[in-house]
Amino acid sequence: MGDCQDSGQKRWDHLRKVLERPGPFCHPDFEPSSDILDFIMTACKVLVVGAGGLGCEVLKNLVLMGFKQIHIIDMDTVELSNLNRQFLFRRKDIGCSKAEVAADFINKRVSGCHVTPHFRMIQDYDDLFYREFHIVVCGLDSIVARRWVNGMLVSLLNYEDGVLDQTSVIPMVDGGTEGFKGNARVILPGMSACVECTLDLYPPQITYPLCTIANTPRLPEHCIEYVKVVQWPKENPFRTLLDGDEPQHVSWIYEKSLERAAQFNIPGVTYRLVQGVVKNIIPAVASTNAVIAGICATEVFKIATSCCVPLNNYLVFNDVDGIYTYTYEAEKKENCLVCSLIPQTITVKDPTKMKLKEIYTLLTDSAQYRMKRPGLTTNINGKSKTLYLTALRCLEEKTRPNLSKTLEELGLSDGSEILVVDDTSPNTMIIRLKYLSGDVEMN
Amino acid sequence: MIKLFSLKQQKKDGETTPRAGNQKKASAAQLRITKDINELNLPKTCNTEFPDPDDLLNFKLIICPDEGFYKTGRFVFSFKVGPNYPHEPPKVKCETQVYHPNIDQQGNVCLNILREDWKPVLTINSIVYGLQYLFLEPNPEDPLNKEAAEVLSSNRRVFETNVQKAMRGGYVGGIYFERCLK
Repeated sequence: MGDCQDSGQKRWDHLRKVLERPGPFCHPDFEPSSDILDFIMTACKVLVVGAGGLGCEVLKNLVLMGFKQIHIIDMDTVELSNLNRQFLFRRKDIGCSKAEVAADFINKRVSGCHVTPHFRMIQDYDDLFYREFHIVVCGLDSIVARRWVNGMLVSLLNYEDGVLDQTSVIPMVDGGTEGFKGNARVILPGMSACVECTLDLYPPQITYPLCTIANTPRLPEHCIEYVKVVQWPKENPFRTLLDGDEPQHVSWIYEKSLERAAQFNIPGVTYRLVQGVVKNIIPAVASTNAVIAGICATEVFKIATSCCVPLNNYLVFNDVDGIYTYTYEAEKKENCLVCSLIPQTITVKDPTKMKLKEIYTLLTDSAQYRMKRPGLTTNINGKSKTLYLTALRCLEEKTRPNLSKTLEELGLSDGSEILVVDDTSPNTMIIRLKYLSGDVEMN
Repeated sequence: MIKLFSLKQQKKDGETTPRAGNQKKASAAQLRITKDINELNLPKTCNTEFPDPDDLLNFKLIICPDEGFYKTGRFVFSFKVGPNYPHEPPKVKCETQVYHPNIDQQGNVCLNILREDWKPVLTINSIVYGLQYLFLEPNPEDPLNKEAAEVLSSNRRVFETNVQKAMRGGYVGGIYFERCLK
């Protein structure tokens, strides 16, 4: 069955009512049209990051809303404890890739749908992969992963003479849950607050003062934490790092924690609690996931179709006791380390002759920059490289020889980015090198 | 608000072969630590060492207190900054054996901002000052080395002798300390 025919099916009538008629909540630029449904069914590419509690819900919601070009990425495999809420998985799937099982299930269940799974880490792909998508929606349990996706999408932005090229913006819809609490947000990289702008909103990991766990434990968690932080590195029972997924390791921690709890007369150390403390497990609640995923999918739909103004931009949800939700506009941080960086271009006539020192002098002497003691770093083939840092004597001495090296000798190439930090600005500056080398004919 | 993409704009399926390690951009943690280091304002009693100048995430801090119980000592701390910095604090260990109420034999350091009171607005500089303060004012209230703490609160003179003995290299309370004089 062809896609055109598919969008004509009766099952999409409810979507047509929204997409083919104007309404009071429409985006100002919205033009009702039957092309919009075709767009989300044939052209709109959505990436779902995470195929867990939120990911399963989001994926199901998106395909039932007509999206067909969906990619899903997750590095995890199905575990027994997932099955109560991650409803695309069955007992037989335990040990298999979450992304693959989820994609397979959806492709079989929903006709005409094409979900592409990626059983990989998000870091395995580079900008070429992420650039493919119109919208990225995240259902993750890790802040590092969120920050990474956010950083990637910000890095895809194009600036022309310092002005953002809006066609390079890939919106990110991010959901998160913790027990009966959740949040959903819409990030337009470069335009609205990004993950890094609001980093201090994330709750800190629960930690206990080291002296308390060492000397005056009162809670079973104190005993477990002590064994994890102090006894494990000291005794190193398995000559390897602690792995919360390794039953032997957890058992060892459990036994030692019991001994310690007995010493201090503290009841309540159980195997489950040990697992929770060691792996920082946050209890997942299916209904919270469903609510947050529903909001995320709706936002994806709103952004893709413009049929309604998207969430602006941060929603919190709480159903611990009744239901509470509140939406506010998280503000872009002016000196955000990630999204405030606008690359400036420096043209280089001959990289085999131009020395780093010339760039350094430009930064300190030219009226445009007038920096005090800029620090310069870069990334070459995924490895960070310190070009010149003056703040610490030991680093200055080690990196001073770089000043008299040419850009080519330093491994910098056309399009390389040099990060510049300086006391004169709270912002990091990015310098993008543009080579005008003789072997390339300029058009 | 803008209408982000016209309906005509189509994104094509390209090659999606993974190219691991081809990350051209610095991570957020990397950006932040570079800034922290460039803004480091070390007191004259402190020094740093970077075994690999390209790796700003792993370095050592050397403190040589110029007053207090630990004057003339030299103490090395290792800093490991993880990918979740500054959401999570760096991991800091004391590599020098020290007779100190707030530092244990494994090098664990009891400093509130290294664990429960860490906030993303804090920087490497805050930790440096925190550590320096531990040598000026060892705190017997929250001990990691209970014996040292008891001695400090009951008899400062004995504590001082013990610190001296440990720094010169020798046994205190049945535990051998390596010499760590400057």
